[in-house]
Amino acid sequence: MTSNIVLVILITSFATFLSRFLGVLSSENIKETSKIFRWFNCLAYSTLAALIARIVIFPSGLLSEVDYFVRIIVVILSIGLFFITKKNLVYPTIFSAIILSLFNSYL
Amino acid sequence: MIDSKYFLKGFASIRGVRSPAIALGASFIAIGALLKNIGFTIQESIFSTFLTYALPGSLVMAESMIIGASLINIFIAVWLVNARLYPMTVSLMPLLMHKSQPKWKYYLSCHFIAVSSWLIMKDNYEQINKDSRIDFWIGIGVATWSVAIFSTVIGYLASDFLNEDVLIGLAIINPIYFTCMMVGAMKTIKISLSIILGTILGPAFYFVSPEWCILFGGITAGTVAFLIGEINDK
Repeated sequence: MTSNIVLVILITSFATFLSRFLGVLSSENIKETSKIFRWFNCLAYSTLAALIARIVIFPSGLLSEVDYFVRIIVVILSIGLFFITKKNLVYPTIFSAIILSLFNSYL
Repeated sequence: MIDSKYFLKGFASIRGVRSPAIALGASFIAIGALLKNIGFTIQESIFSTFLTYALPGSLVMAESMIIGASLINIFIAVWLVNARLYPMTVSLMPLLMHKSQPKWKYYLSCHFIAVSSWLIMKDNYEQINKDSRIDFWIGIGVATWSVAIFSTVIGYLASDFLNEDVLIGLAIINPIYFTCMMVGAMKTIKISLSIILGTILGPAFYFVSPEWCILFGGITAGTVAFLIGEINDK
């Protein structure tokens, strides 16, 4: 166990803020109509998608105890519910939590 | 200094059927419980969410502490998992910048850039005049950040009552919220391709390097999507 929690928190927040800060610094010279802006827009969506896919397919922590197949089914059902409810975000999120807890308890 | 009309309009994004509050709340409740379990005090837990406010970063921090990683290793691991914030900032801030607004607003409010607030802003910026967008953004940021801090406290205090089934339920809420938001954002060929390729390449690169897969997979996917999109637009 790493000691000195406050130091760890400061390092974590610095490592996080660094990307945000450098992002604003770069933004000062980037126009929203430029090619580089359009490229970064693609990069932002693709890295987000990569992150989320990683969390679902190779999770760390508690989610890794749920069967891979169950996780995929829950994601697909929730996306289905998202469209059925005309892009409501509340129903699919609550639905996913309940159904995953149930699957995990009874399967 | 900050136009309260637009600030409140942004703040109100926390309500309604597209609210991020449930997803944010669920994941930071889980973080609060996790931080308590690894020995944080309640002040340290609040301090952590207050200063970091990025979920994957906090998770990596907790995991690294459990295995006793060195400070430099924690820094690298957190930086890697949160490096996505760089392209997110670069693809958001130019939309908000206006010469009538002071620079400190941008440098301070970049702290609020996280997946949920970013997706909300991307969804709504066109409805706000460019000179007021930063105030609208600060409203969204303060609202989502407050929910995160408040939920960390709840999770910390309630950790004894959260059994494994509940925590697993909480853990899936955030990925589902993000997945639905992303599917909803697939309005152009470029963005759709970025998201689809990122979803495939992120996990694919995991077999090459678990630490670098998000960055490698994301950069490859985004660049391919950009090039195909540019050719298609011509």
